[in-house]
Amino acid sequence: MAEVTYKTPKLDELEKGPWPSFVKEIKRAAQKSPMANDLLGQLELSYTEKIGHWKHGGIVGVMGYGGGVIGRYSDAADKFPNVSHFHTIRINQPAGWFYTSKALRVLCDIWERHGSGLTNMHGSTGDIIFLGTSTDHLEPIFAELTQNGFDLGGSGSDVRTPSCCCGMARCEWACYDTMGACHDFTQHYQDELHRPAFPYKFKFKFSGCPNDCVASVARADMSIIGTWRDEMQINEAEVKKYADGGLDIFSDVVLNCPSKCMKWDGKTLHVDNSSCRHCMHCINVMPKALAPGKDRGACILLGSKAPIVEGALLSSVLIPFIKMEPPYQGIKDIVGRIFELWSEEGKARERVGEFIQRVGLGNFLEAIELEPMAEMVAHPRENPYVFYEEYFEEGEAGEEEEKK
Amino acid sequence: MAEAQKKRLTDIGPPHYEQFLPPVIKKNYGQWKYHEILKPGVMVHVAQGGDKLFTVRAASPRLVSVDKIRDYCDLADKYCGGHLRFTSRHNVEFLLTDEKNIDPLIADLKKLGHPVGGIGNAISSIVHTQGWVHCHSAATDASGIVKAVMDELIDHFTTMQLPGKLRIALACCLNMCGAVHCSDIAILGIHRRPPKIKHERLRKECEIPSVVASCPTAAIRPATVNGTPSVEIIEENCMFCANCYTVCPSLPLNDPLNDGVSIWLGGKVSNARHEPMFSKLAVPFLPNNPPRWPEVVGTVKDLVELWAANARKYERMGEWIERITWPKFFRMAGIEFRKEHIDDFKHAGLTYKRSVHLTY
Repeated sequence: MAEVTYKTPKLDELEKGPWPSFVKEIKRAAQKSPMANDLLGQLELSYTEKIGHWKHGGIVGVMGYGGGVIGRYSDAADKFPNVSHFHTIRINQPAGWFYTSKALRVLCDIWERHGSGLTNMHGSTGDIIFLGTSTDHLEPIFAELTQNGFDLGGSGSDVRTPSCCCGMARCEWACYDTMGACHDFTQHYQDELHRPAFPYKFKFKFSGCPNDCVASVARADMSIIGTWRDEMQINEAEVKKYADGGLDIFSDVVLNCPSKCMKWDGKTLHVDNSSCRHCMHCINVMPKALAPGKDRGACILLGSKAPIVEGALLSSVLIPFIKMEPPYQGIKDIVGRIFELWSEEGKARERVGEFIQRVGLGNFLEAIELEPMAEMVAHPRENPYVFYEEYFEEGEAGEEEEKK
Repeated sequence: MAEAQKKRLTDIGPPHYEQFLPPVIKKNYGQWKYHEILKPGVMVHVAQGGDKLFTVRAASPRLVSVDKIRDYCDLADKYCGGHLRFTSRHNVEFLLTDEKNIDPLIADLKKLGHPVGGIGNAISSIVHTQGWVHCHSAATDASGIVKAVMDELIDHFTTMQLPGKLRIALACCLNMCGAVHCSDIAILGIHRRPPKIKHERLRKECEIPSVVASCPTAAIRPATVNGTPSVEIIEENCMFCANCYTVCPSLPLNDPLNDGVSIWLGGKVSNARHEPMFSKLAVPFLPNNPPRWPEVVGTVKDLVELWAANARKYERMGEWIERITWPKFFRMAGIEFRKEHIDDFKHAGLTYKRSVHLTY
């Protein structure tokens, strides 16, 4: 047993107020863990000096893996010896973040035996995060995790832990089985996930509909977003109920449609499905009356990332529509070609999106053997600096054969 | 006992999710018909066959002790047959089949100090990074600002009075582990001074070509300093991104006097109505003022209230500002427009105003 031994007047201020307090959590862990106690002491120092006290991560991990553990060392270990090592462990969450209390208790017990007892449920990428242990505990933790069916997540230049929305488990809008696909891809890319061999990280995120609850368009190198390509489903009786119930269908629904593909005559909602952009707004507003169509699949986009190094990017369309059926071989074939090209030609710490910006989407498509499609761009080019690759040789004009 | 030693397992991947799903979900997987928000933080999903699944969503500090997780487990055992989940914004969700259990569960969560809400036209939990709790490159703390901001905005978590959804995210440096770049309100830790080069360590700790290549604005050049290979920094080209520090620990940028926070607005990831958008710079600098960052809290609160008072139904922050135009927004918010607001990185010209669609 341990106890809180530091005076933390600054952090104590963050125990006050109605939002749940992380300081209370650290103090609670400090009742059992000297590590959590020293974390509290060091954090109070940071709050006093307005600067962090962690050094760059060192290379630590478990045997045979290159990712999953982030080395972390204090630069104030003389004052706070119990956090001289304070490594992070990333544990691959089950798809959709569903748990039983039994499984969570097993994880808690492992972490109480081997670390600070502090966690993030969850980290930004989706992993279960164990915050703070020392190098000698890594192998024992790993052994206990795997014996209980859990494995490490990604870190460094590898496939990062894929994540997904709850999809068909609890959402009527799921246009494909996000949890099934996420689990399948995670298992398929185990080697790439645990052994960093890429120019930089690669993230998959699976969202079941264009509401994109896992922010895949902003946060995943490959964003797999559910959509449909037939007519949306309309339940006329329920539309009427919404109208009778006071919903202003013209203002709230029709006026907010980005493609102006809807008309409301006070009785019937008319939809020009050929113009529908699948934005989800009308369905979000009237979930009982409207639903995605029945010919469902996904749109696959590529390349989003945060600013470092060459600026932030949103993913852009790679495959406008594909049916999502296990084992997803068509997508995996394309992913394989992307990995091969990017591993070969990408610069160190260059994400796929930055690589595409550098070589040009047209050239990238050629290299991964996809045909260019109008859906891939917001609009065609505005500048005339075209790298024409086809032309006639002298004397051949008018002949059928073009040189390439 | 070598035989008894368990085989070392690797590459088993995560446990299959199916074993964690409550029976009502297993039965109705892919068969949900519609959902309704019953009250703040509570929704019901109704299956084609009529089965109902109730969800109660509660706030979480994200940084939780194992004992807190055990508290969650106790509640899940008491009310949900042991089933619970977490959301992409770090909330904890309890999955119930008996409607009668909803209010007792909420009462127990209240006792535990966890407000219920975050569904519908509300602020959900703030997605954030590690900050001073666990990161070497943090320009500010994460959990502390989040706690202080949410203490102030809690009524927008526990009610649904806002025009639309509001998503706040915080990243403690430009690496943006919190991917704040597409949030309605992004709180971003920033440096404002170039790296202080530790020449004596750099040669041992860092690869000079990688350091040079890491700079997006080519501000780093190889140089010999006191007869030793090192680098020099063209200070006027440095925009303090700290990417060089990520590849080289001998180039620290952390500076208690000048580090702080910037505020970005109007990003979204959903496709509803408007396409996904990046957040744009609203407030270039606010000071690091722990433990409660009053300048940051006050600014965020004012921006939320301004949007809430003026946006149309469903309009996200970025959609509202796009409609009223940015100049009008700056006037309404009382924020001074400065040189920092004008982009000067790649493709900056695309962000200049190229029409007379202006408000006066």
